[in-house]
Amino acid sequence: MTGLILRTLLSHWRSRPFQIVTLLLGLIVATALWSGVQAINAEARASYAQAAATLGTDRFDSLRPRGAQRFDQRAYVALRRAGWLVSPIVEGDLRLDGARFRVLGIDPVTAPADLPARPDLQGDALTGFLGQAGLILTGAQTAGRLPADADLPPVRVMDGIAPRTLVMDIGTAQRLLGMSGQLSRLIVLPEAQDGIPPLAVAGIEWNRIAPRGADGGIAALTDSFHLNLTAFGFLAFAVGLFIVYSSIGLAFEQRKPMLRTLRALGVPLRLLMLVMVVELTALALLAGIAGVALGYLIAASLLPDVAATLQGLYGAQVSGTLSLRPAWWLTGLAIAMGGAGLAAADTLWRTARMPLLSAALPEAWHGAQRRAQRVQGIAALGCFALAAVLSQTASSLTAGFVLMGALLIGAALSLPVMLSVILGLGARRARGPLAQWGWADARQQMSRLSLALMALLLALSANIGVGTMVMSFRDTFTGWLDQRLVAEVYVTASDAAQGQEIQRWAQGRVDAVLPIWSTETRLGDMPASIYGVAQHATYSDHWPLIEELPDAWQSLASGQAAMINEQMAGRRDLSPGDRITVPLPDGGEWPMIVAAIYSDYGNPTDQVMVDVDLLSERFPDIERLRFALRTDQTAEIIAEARDRFALPSDQITDQAAIKALSLAIFERTFTVTGALNVLTLAVAALALLTAMLTLQLMRLPWLAPLWAMGLTRAALARAELLKVMALALLTAILAIPVGLGVAWVLTNVINVTAFGWRLPMNVYPADWLRLIGLSLLTAAIAAGLPVLRLARTAPRTLLGVFASER
Amino acid sequence: MLTITDLHKSFETADAPMPVLRGVDMEIATGECVALTGESGSGKSTLLHLVAALDTFDRGSITLDGQEFSGMGDTARANLRRTRIGVIFQQFNLIPSLSVGDNLSFHARLSDRYDAAWQAELTERLGLSELVHRWPEQLSGGQQQRVAVGRAIAARPALVLADEPTGNLDEATGSAVMDLLLDLVAETQATLLMVTHSGALAARLNRRIHLRHGRVAEVAAA
Repeated sequence: MTGLILRTLLSHWRSRPFQIVTLLLGLIVATALWSGVQAINAEARASYAQAAATLGTDRFDSLRPRGAQRFDQRAYVALRRAGWLVSPIVEGDLRLDGARFRVLGIDPVTAPADLPARPDLQGDALTGFLGQAGLILTGAQTAGRLPADADLPPVRVMDGIAPRTLVMDIGTAQRLLGMSGQLSRLIVLPEAQDGIPPLAVAGIEWNRIAPRGADGGIAALTDSFHLNLTAFGFLAFAVGLFIVYSSIGLAFEQRKPMLRTLRALGVPLRLLMLVMVVELTALALLAGIAGVALGYLIAASLLPDVAATLQGLYGAQVSGTLSLRPAWWLTGLAIAMGGAGLAAADTLWRTARMPLLSAALPEAWHGAQRRAQRVQGIAALGCFALAAVLSQTASSLTAGFVLMGALLIGAALSLPVMLSVILGLGARRARGPLAQWGWADARQQMSRLSLALMALLLALSANIGVGTMVMSFRDTFTGWLDQRLVAEVYVTASDAAQGQEIQRWAQGRVDAVLPIWSTETRLGDMPASIYGVAQHATYSDHWPLIEELPDAWQSLASGQAAMINEQMAGRRDLSPGDRITVPLPDGGEWPMIVAAIYSDYGNPTDQVMVDVDLLSERFPDIERLRFALRTDQTAEIIAEARDRFALPSDQITDQAAIKALSLAIFERTFTVTGALNVLTLAVAALALLTAMLTLQLMRLPWLAPLWAMGLTRAALARAELLKVMALALLTAILAIPVGLGVAWVLTNVINVTAFGWRLPMNVYPADWLRLIGLSLLTAAIAAGLPVLRLARTAPRTLLGVFASER
Repeated sequence: MLTITDLHKSFETADAPMPVLRGVDMEIATGECVALTGESGSGKSTLLHLVAALDTFDRGSITLDGQEFSGMGDTARANLRRTRIGVIFQQFNLIPSLSVGDNLSFHARLSDRYDAAWQAELTERLGLSELVHRWPEQLSGGQQQRVAVGRAIAARPALVLADEPTGNLDEATGSAVMDLLLDLVAETQATLLMVTHSGALAARLNRRIHLRHGRVAEVAAA
């Protein structure tokens, strides 16, 4: 009997192939966008874990000198002699043809046996690795990216090495990085003693850094980015489910007589429900497989941009190629099934409660709509109340996203109520029967179209919100770049000796030579950069300060004050007048007052700015390579410096080139967001199209009497098109305040908690007009096909509505 | 006057065209009330739809007060329906998004023949005065059919067509609706052509035309 019932139920789809196509399409799109985003996140997190494992920062303690990035390798020898079981590491970045690679130099003899980067080499290979020429070990993808003409040791491909990482012997790494006799850190072997080696052993004050976990600590930085992607994926998934919901709902309405007949013929309700669940599961499985496959394609096409963004924003190395993970496939299928279940729950519930005999009363849409809208209105008020509370209290990323969710869900739920009120007012003011019918009919259609319109509202709000944030960010960023990049020429010497030479040469040729020297250190538990700047009007006149004490710039010269970036102030709750202490390489401390806070967009780490002379005095090993030059002869200076010092173009650039590069990185950062924005809007258009097509089938009995009373099919089609476009227009207008709310949450809550900087929010009415136009176009495309079909409906089909002998 | 001459209509099927009307001839005088009867499949509803200018015929002619239907395009037929014909359906087919009052006046306003005084009188006589602000879904079957009658009559059409107007109502309610319909048709001097299976209803009209296999089989005075 079960097979017979299943065949009977499936026969419905045979007669309505379009319906099953929309159902499957909705589920495929929803699953694809969700699983695509998850695939990107999984790939990125796997890369972080691999990087941490390769570098050994996931399991092993490390020793670093306080306040310095490198130290003399004799300190390592001294520690070993004193019985400390440590292994040396040399780390640094190598730029080859514009691409950045992480160099990891290890000592295979003393490295922990389970360090993935430790090569399992024997014989000639080991000799080659340790020998004068050296040997580079790297992954297959990274090996393929190495420039063919680079002057590098031989390369051997090895599994398990993080993306864009080159593993080699310490000596080879020191040579490639120009770190002769220097080490970056020491890995503390598991069997080594606890604590920190005393100062007396190697003459260095050490920091012992605990393992940073499987992701190497980068996950904390990149969480906001992945949460952003997840939020977009979820939004697209929800919008896709609207399509599934409306398709399943329509199928239920049309199958009602069949279900009643089956029940009347003696099919038990439980069995009927079971067969419906089996049918749904089979469809969900089919759509899930296709959705996950499509998600893979989406993820594969977006991953290179995501990898570039993560590297640009956080310095995180992510593989640009997607791996197939069984867990991801299974999750994708589960999501498809769960989504289908969610979308069908209402239909299954109504089937279970369906009376065996059909009621003779016509569809009581008015009362039902009013009741539903009352419930939606109350739920929307609840969401808005939650959003209002969170807008004052949210201080974490999760709370920020809950706030955005509450705002969006509240707006979506209140949309039918607001549209209903507007349409009711319109109907009251309408002149002429056709206009009156148009308003009233649009109001009636709300119950069937509201889900699709909610999807459109969500997509448009997200577009306005993210667009406003990105454009505000772009405007702020370009203004900030103009303020910050004041010098005309920026030059980086190849080594310290050349740096001195350039400084001497430039002093007689340009208006001012401003050293930009920096060092990396740890303040408390977190890393920070210490930047030195010269006392010059270039900084005091232009540098973008957010808060400052009086005479902030003058107080820097005394060495008793420093400026800090906005993210450091936010993370450490510092304000002008507070005290900070910078550890020095000699074991001493440098206490300072925070004289000012400056904006520092795009920098994930904390930054302290001090006087450059004092910095080089207290950090004697600092690299003295970078300079900003003030001159009104930019082209001549660049040409002369290139000739005289044989500087490649990436070591001497003018202000415009740096700005262009910064803006290019900025634009690429938001490529993925833009792509997801467009995809979400496309899904909303699809939801509107499927809703219109399904609605058209149901609306024939409502339209046929009008036709019978003397309206042509073309006039009815025009009225239908006008109505859908009017609804889309109203939705787009209502999406503007919601989108601005989303933008406010992004700029004032999520950005602050995720990145540490606050953005001024600007408004872009021209962009709203573009989106209103886009939503009208979306509506016109979505309504185009159904309206065309209505205009061409055969009179016989319309007459079917009136046939008494049915 | 409604004149139908040698009217043919067939529908396309998978195998071959299926003739439904095979040469119908009839003449109905202005103000006359005629019942159209016949077995299922005899072509009653098809004939009614053709007279209502809802569909086109293959051959023959229909004229209403000298106005020929053949050769009319979609717009002309829509114009004819709007201005000269009122139709009452078995399923009522009210517009669910409009209130009872708006449904009643809809056709008259659509054809620019709205007359507030007549509308008010019609509403009163149909017993719908208390219900004008309600929605169709809130009415009983009898009340809905009264709205449908009012809607068809409000524009004072030359021709009223009714397709089993009491088919969905019980006998008493159906009879009351018929009383109202016949009164109003007489008062507006409209011509009435009504499809019915009921001999009792047919007996209340001036004439009965019986269709069989797409042809007029019998014409009888009631």
